[in-house]
Formats: sequence, structure tokens, C-alpha cells
Amino acid sequence: MIRRLLPVLFASLFVVSACGSKDFEEHGQAHPIAIADAWVKATDMDMSAAFGVLSNSGDKDVKVTGVTTTITDTAELHETVNGKMNMVKEFTIPAGGSLALEPGGKHLMLLNLTKPIKPGDKIDFKLTFADDSEFEFSATAKDFTGADENYKQGETAGH
Amino acid sequence: MKRRELLGRGAAIAGGATIAGGLAVASASSAPAQAVDAPPVGAETIEFHGTHQAGIEGEPQANQTLVSFDLTGNPEPDDIHRLLSLLTDDAQRLTSGRAPLADLEPELASTPARLTVTFGFGPGLVAAVVGEKNVPSWLGPLPAFKQIDRLQENWSDGDLLLQVAGDDPISVAHAVHLLVRDTRAFAKVRWSQVGFRQGLGVHPPGTTMRNLFGQVDGTVNPEPQTPDFAEVVWRPDHSTTMVIRRIAMNLDTWEKADRTGREFAVGRRLRDGSPLTGTAENDVPDLAATDAQGFTVIGPAAHIRRAKTGDPTQRFLRRAYNYDLGPGNADAVGLIFTAFQADIAHQFVPVQQRLAQSDGLNEWTTPIGSAVFWIPAGVRPGEIVGAALFEPLG
Repeated sequence: MIRRLLPVLFASLFVVSACGSKDFEEHGQAHPIAIADAWVKATDMDMSAAFGVLSNSGDKDVKVTGVTTTITDTAELHETVNGKMNMVKEFTIPAGGSLALEPGGKHLMLLNLTKPIKPGDKIDFKLTFADDSEFEFSATAKDFTGADENYKQGETAGH
Repeated sequence: MKRRELLGRGAAIAGGATIAGGLAVASASSAPAQAVDAPPVGAETIEFHGTHQAGIEGEPQANQTLVSFDLTGNPEPDDIHRLLSLLTDDAQRLTSGRAPLADLEPELASTPARLTVTFGFGPGLVAAVVGEKNVPSWLGPLPAFKQIDRLQENWSDGDLLLQVAGDDPISVAHAVHLLVRDTRAFAKVRWSQVGFRQGLGVHPPGTTMRNLFGQVDGTVNPEPQTPDFAEVVWRPDHSTTMVIRRIAMNLDTWEKADRTGREFAVGRRLRDGSPLTGTAENDVPDLAATDAQGFTVIGPAAHIRRAKTGDPTQRFLRRAYNYDLGPGNADAVGLIFTAFQADIAHQFVPVQQRLAQSDGLNEWTTPIGSAVFWIPAGVRPGEIVGAALFEPLG
């Protein structure tokens, strides 16, 4: 079949960079945390949110206290309660359990986006834990019409 | 059954790859299929990854939806790569009974029932990646068959094809819904064709399908997992080609033909599909046999005589589905005829040309749609479908 030189594309071939819990120490992680099914809502607006399932195979609760991403300087921990979003100080990933970040619940909020997130983009995130250690992962951008509670302009005050 | 794998094993492997230590995970977007509760049919899976794409070799599932797309907005290779990356991820999850990312109805993904997602590329998609001048000449509309074709644009052609097949119509519909969602930013649906074969368990496994004329439809297909099948279907790079013909069948005029006339039109008996010169479906038709008056038993325009050329390599795999839009619709009933072959020009076109010139069935059948797609090689874990298009020159 016909082929063409497109080396740049190889960089985006691999989907998830999250570490499995067994090899977390080799990867310099302080906690046995993994993420599954990480995704972020594609958008051409200035806000979005990221989701996924964080799991903790250790025997101590792990607290997430912050999030950063390469796509914007403003990323926060949020929780939707009764349709209203609130910034929260921390998420707890229970020992031996998991924490679902999902539309209508806890999520990673992205604000002040200056360029679109296109479907299929891979967006890098870094979670900070209470002891200042970090966990990196990549999320796939998905076309999704939900997860826009309170995303509309004028309703963002108070975030 | 030998090619099937129970879901439990697949789910365990998939789960182990991402979540450690048997953690309980509760999430709309990640709920693993409930292997324990799913009944055997619902839990059956067909491996997505492999040398060849799934959904071609093996017993066709009961339900199938074909969706053809037009690309929108002059996509760059990187756009196509993102599209195929999303669809590949969706397909491997859905076919293993796992919900795709951002699926708020994960329960509908938990019973794949031999779900397969097969990708086809039309000339527009290939051109978007490798340039117009590198699109092979065979990848485009078939030559016109003026004697029979009444083709409609809204049943023809396209840049991207998804063939989604499974034994559960609900999981097929759900898979189609989620796959189409991930195309929205890149393409718009050009046409879709919903088809069905005999329901699972209605006949013994391996029974040839009947079409809505009541004919046994699909006899003398290449046998899966044989050198003959490989010769007929696969290209050296493990890709193949797909021809889709939507053939309207006129049940009203068919009703005017008696059983003898119907059997003469095909050259086979309606009862069991046996040739008029034989006693069993798979008997080789004796095209030279004559009756007491000296006429050939299998008539000059019989479908099975016309469909056979002098060249034994001019054969292809047929994988047809019936369609029925419901009474009251135009061209309501027919066949979604699908053929896979290594070389369309050599294998398919000469046979179709003979049938266009003369075929007893042409009186009742009308091709109203036609499309050709390249079916790239199977997908290796970690790769996207059509990865070869993006490979650098060696």
C-alpha cells in the first residue's frame, strides 16, 4: 500500500501513559495510584473537564490536592452537587479502592482555555498529592455533549 | 465455536492491564462487563486484534449495520489519525464487552454477543492521508452496469465505512451510536444500511442463509481458515477489498412467478438450495446436463450458470444481509450484497458483468446502491486501524 513520511504522528500513537500500581516505585511515584479510562471533553470554548477512575492499591488513603495540565494554567478540583459545581480542596482515593471522576460528580475542571481541545487530542495532566508528590497521566479528548452543567457563560462566577 | 473466547478471560486481561490488584471500580465510563451474569451468547467475543480485521472470516452474525461517512472540512493527515485513533479505541473496547470512554450507557456494551467492528476506507480518506495521486485506481466506483444499475447517491460510495455486526441488535445499535459520535467532528453520515440474517440458534450452525425471496443464498463460499479462502480474500499486506451492492427485491412481481419458474431463474431448488442437476446444496452443478428434449437442465440465463466464469480464480467471499425497511417504504425489501476479494477488477467485475448481461434474477432485482472500500490489515495492539497509511517509506 501507498505510504508517506509522517514521523510526527508516531508521537501520538500511545494512548495512556499512566503507570500500573506494581511498578509505581520504578516510575518514581510515591503512591500506588493508577488511572483508567481517562478522558477530557473536547471543546472550542474556554472551559472543559477531565474524567477517569483513580485507583489506589495501597493500604493508606491518598489525598489529591491539586491538578495541573499543559493545556491551561487554570485547572482545579471540582465537584458537581445537585447540578452546581463547586471547587473543592481535595479528593480522597480510598486505600484499596477507587475514586470515579465522572460527569455530574467529581471532576478535574479546566478554565481559561486559550485554544480548542480537539477530539482525539491527548492532554497531559499532573495530580499533586497531600505530600507534594505527583502522578502524571494522559487523557483522550472525546466529543461529548454532556458534562456542561454550569459551563455556560455567566454562570461561572464563584468558581 | 473454536474462534470464540468467553468474555471472562478477555475482561480479566483487560482489567489487569489498567487496574491493579482486583480493585472494585465503580464508574459509568469504566464499568467492566458483568461476565458472571451475562448469558453465554451475550458474553461471547471475537478478538479485535489480529493479522486480518475481524468480521470477514467466520460465521456472520445475525445483525449488521453498515455506516458510510463523508469526511468534512478538508482534513489533514493528523485529523484522520485522531479520528482513527478514537475509533480504534472504541472498537477494541466494544468488541471485548467494555464501555468506550465517555459512555453513559455502559450496560449496553456489556453483552457484545460476537460484536465486530470492521473498517473500510474510501478514496477520500486514503487521499487525505497519502495524497490524491497515490489512491489506487481500483478504489472508486465500479464500472457502470448500465443494463441493471439504478444507483442512488444516497446508497452509494463514501470516504469511510464502518461494518458493525453482532448477534444482539441492541449492542450493535449502541456500538454504532458511540462510533458515530466519535466521527461527528470529522465526518457526516452519508448512508447507513441495517441488515439481518437468520437469528442465532434458529438453524444449525453453518446453515446457509435464506434471502427474502426464500432462496438459499451464499452456497459455494470459500471455506474459512483454508488456503483457498486466503487466496480469494486476502491481499499480500493482509488487507482486502469490499464491494457493497444494495439490491432491491420486488416481492410483488416475484409473487407472479411459480416455484418452477423461480427455481429455473437460479438453477437451484428452493427447498434445499440443491442444483437442479443434483440432490444436495453443495453438489457441483452439471451445467452440461440436458433433459429429454435436449435443453440444458440449468438454463442459459440461470443465475448459477451466469455467475460462473471460465476462470476459477474469478470468485469472491459473499457475506450478504437481508434488509427490510417495513411496508410502505420505497424499495422496502432486498439484499445488502457484500463481497470481499483480493482484487476487484480481476475477481468481482467480470462476474458482475456477466450477470448484468444476463441473469434470470434480473427481472425481479435492481441494484440501487454501490460502494467500494479498501479494508486495511488487522490491527496490532497499540496501533490504530490503517496504521500502514501513516508509515514512512521504507
